Amino acid sequence: MRAADSAGRPIPSSVLSLGAQPLVSANAHAAPAHGGHEEHHHYTTTGLDSRKIAIWAFIGSECMLFASLISTYLIYKGRSIVGPFPHTAWTNPQTGQVMKPILNIPVTSASTFVLLMSSLAMVLALAAVENKDKPLPAGAGLGDRMLASSKLWLWATCLLGAGFLAFQAYEFTSFVHEGLTIKTNLFGSTFFTLTGFHGAHVTAGVIWLGTLLAIDYKRGLGPKDALNVDIAALYWHFVDVVWIAIFTLLYLIPD
Amino acid sequence: MATVAASPTYASHATGEKEGIMAWLTTTDHKKIGTLYLHTSLFFFIFGGLEAVLMRWQLMKPNMTVVTADQFNQLFTMHGTTMVFLAIMPLSAAFFNYLIPLQLGARDVAFPRLNAFSYWVYLFGGLFITIPIFGWMAPNGGWFAYAPLSGRTYSPGINMDFWVLGIQILGVSSLAAAFNFATTVINLRAPGMNLMRMPMFTWMSFVTQFLIILAFPVITIALVFLQFDRFFGTNFYQVSAGADPLLWQHLFWVFGHPEVYILILPAFGLVSEVLPTNSKKPLFGYPVMAYSGILIGFLGFGVWAHHMFAVGMGPIGDTVFSLTTMLIAIPTGVKIFNWIFTMWGGSIRFTAAMKFAIGLIALFTIGGISGISHSSPPSDLQQTDTYYIVAHFHYVLFGGAIMGIFSGIYHYFPKMYGRYMNETLGTWHFWLNFIAMNLTFFPMHFSGMLGMPRRIYTYDANQGWDTFNMISTAGAFLLMPATLIFIYNFFSSKKGGEPAPPNAWDAATLEWSIPSPPPEYNFAKIPVVHSRYPLWDLTHPERTKDVPHTDAGMVHTGEHDVVDMHIETETFTAKQLGIPMPSATIKPFWTALGMVIMFTGLLMMPHNKTAGYAGIGVGAAMLVGFLYAWLTTPLEEHH
Repeated sequence: MRAADSAGRPIPSSVLSLGAQPLVSANAHAAPAHGGHEEHHHYTTTGLDSRKIAIWAFIGSECMLFASLISTYLIYKGRSIVGPFPHTAWTNPQTGQVMKPILNIPVTSASTFVLLMSSLAMVLALAAVENKDKPLPAGAGLGDRMLASSKLWLWATCLLGAGFLAFQAYEFTSFVHEGLTIKTNLFGSTFFTLTGFHGAHVTAGVIWLGTLLAIDYKRGLGPKDALNVDIAALYWHFVDVVWIAIFTLLYLIPD
Repeated sequence: MATVAASPTYASHATGEKEGIMAWLTTTDHKKIGTLYLHTSLFFFIFGGLEAVLMRWQLMKPNMTVVTADQFNQLFTMHGTTMVFLAIMPLSAAFFNYLIPLQLGARDVAFPRLNAFSYWVYLFGGLFITIPIFGWMAPNGGWFAYAPLSGRTYSPGINMDFWVLGIQILGVSSLAAAFNFATTVINLRAPGMNLMRMPMFTWMSFVTQFLIILAFPVITIALVFLQFDRFFGTNFYQVSAGADPLLWQHLFWVFGHPEVYILILPAFGLVSEVLPTNSKKPLFGYPVMAYSGILIGFLGFGVWAHHMFAVGMGPIGDTVFSLTTMLIAIPTGVKIFNWIFTMWGGSIRFTAAMKFAIGLIALFTIGGISGISHSSPPSDLQQTDTYYIVAHFHYVLFGGAIMGIFSGIYHYFPKMYGRYMNETLGTWHFWLNFIAMNLTFFPMHFSGMLGMPRRIYTYDANQGWDTFNMISTAGAFLLMPATLIFIYNFFSSKKGGEPAPPNAWDAATLEWSIPSPPPEYNFAKIPVVHSRYPLWDLTHPERTKDVPHTDAGMVHTGEHDVVDMHIETETFTAKQLGIPMPSATIKPFWTALGMVIMFTGLLMMPHNKTAGYAGIGVGAAMLVGFLYAWLTTPLEEHH
């Protein structure tokens, strides 16, 4: 039976999910629901779970965070006094040493691809969690079974995220070996801080997804957990979208 | 099925509810957290006031030696920082906490434990940044900490480290609270309370939350740059490495100007409750009041560079920011006129709250007019960095925000404690405060126009400033007894004040339809709202006959305890009524403490690496551990 409020509007499944903590809880004696958990039909003004609204507010705030970082990078673009520079070579006037443009665009294109694919895996993970209760069609093949596996897609998302971080670790290390640290010049300061902040966000996301994976192994994620996964997915997609901006503005646009 | 008529024999503390200090440390009740905010921020308000008095003492006469130059730097830095981040913002937060759920008809905020976390982070962050002044090690680079001057080169000591990390901590508190309150307003309104029926305080608070959400990340990043420059030797503000010396100013004021609206809008909201109630009329021009608040919020992000007219931005930049600054006076002026028209033709009751509200209108208008006078760059060049600016922002912040907050305290005290504050003492407080405030800050217009710069720790005689400084100092000294009267009144009225009925001022909004102090569950039955003044619909229908009444948004929720607008007079426990409440928990407290220990470790890094690593390690372990325990515990116990 599809739940609906009295005005006939369907109540989104996320509102009815177990994860939704009673916030303006009104009725302690609601009928016990499936799975032995008490289900609270909590009225909220929008019909959405409050956590869904809060994550959007959080993402709005994060937009300003990255906007500040990216603006600073752009303001300081081309203002470094000493090299290495991102897109052009630099000759050290003291030593005569020539430093090549430091950005490795092919490698970063690969890591960008990896991160974007993680968003695809995230979408599939959420779909698998939402549809966990639906029986597989008769004669379901390997493809159907794979699509229905939330563990597979959560693993894929985590590993692709970790892969992106590995690329970043490689990039940072090689830059340091080539003579660019966070102290070297304005490019180094802005570059490492901006991409480092993004990497920290990816790391937080991988840990977050890891906890969902742990829950999946412990008791299995199902439709009642869809909101939890949905919120993590929103964050994950946001971090990906930010990377598209960073990749375009830092790597693809030359000086 | 539990009803209001349920047997009251249930022992109120039968189920392991915490008592004494633990009840405060573990509370998740928005009203208790609001009370904690109120007391803590009043403490910091007094503290910041004493810092100001010390400065005024030093400036009383030429060439005084009450404090040294460096101590004076610490005093003005901490006075500004304290008043902005530790007094006015959290005083507003006290009202957000206490009033938003009550005005919305909700039983708590959206995230009660996050709410407790915000408070504890604020408390620990406030102590973190305040304690150093006892050893004269406090931040000394001004409350806006202009880099490169606040960088390691020019501010080598630990002083500015406290500031950089302390403000970062306080930002966490403000942001967490802002997500919480924005969500609460969006999602926890009583049936029928559409946005255009929200009480004006909640409206202005709602706008404020968006300002916090969008402005604080910018200062976070500016602080990260400064922190990296100071701790890790990066180049963000290193002019020798090609950095732009204006970067900090731009980032700071992109945050800093919305911040001044973060400070004033809640006070505007409070007087928008006090004025209609005590004029016995609906608020004049309600929709325009709401829209002007939103417009102030929008424009507030487009005026930041008027703080920087003196840096030489060029004619285009100066013109644009001059025009936006003049524009923002329009919605602000609209508010002033609407308050006056609210009182116009009303039968006005001059309570202490009402006096402070009218005081806000008068004093904020003076501050607004001096503000317009420096929206013009040529005029501003004569005024910038002089005492004229000090006069201006004290008229808007003291005359505006603080007067509004005092008004709110007198008005809502009976709701919080079930007793009135003493009106006679309130009147004394108002007049002393009003006179002393003008005595302190009005002469600064003149000393500023005569060229007295801000932030000087002393001055030579016979520059035409002597008399004005003496008057200002006399005013500052007079503010002390004024505040003392308030403090005495506040604490003595808690116990001995005249008992107040639930609707102490015959007001119109939901918070007055329940007992005072409100029971833990707020509303036994959630009311359904048909107009902006649901309580006057019951008690004074003649006052609301011109206000639109509809059934709009009045969905039936399917909850058995949602009923038509009514008045609740009896107090029960949530258990008696079968209302599940968030469990008390200590975890937000420890999580917040862990975070602050982590920051303390970071602070130690340049001085003692072992202590630094230890602090960061212990703090991070606490943060992660208690956060994990928090997130894996349900909000409510299962009944």
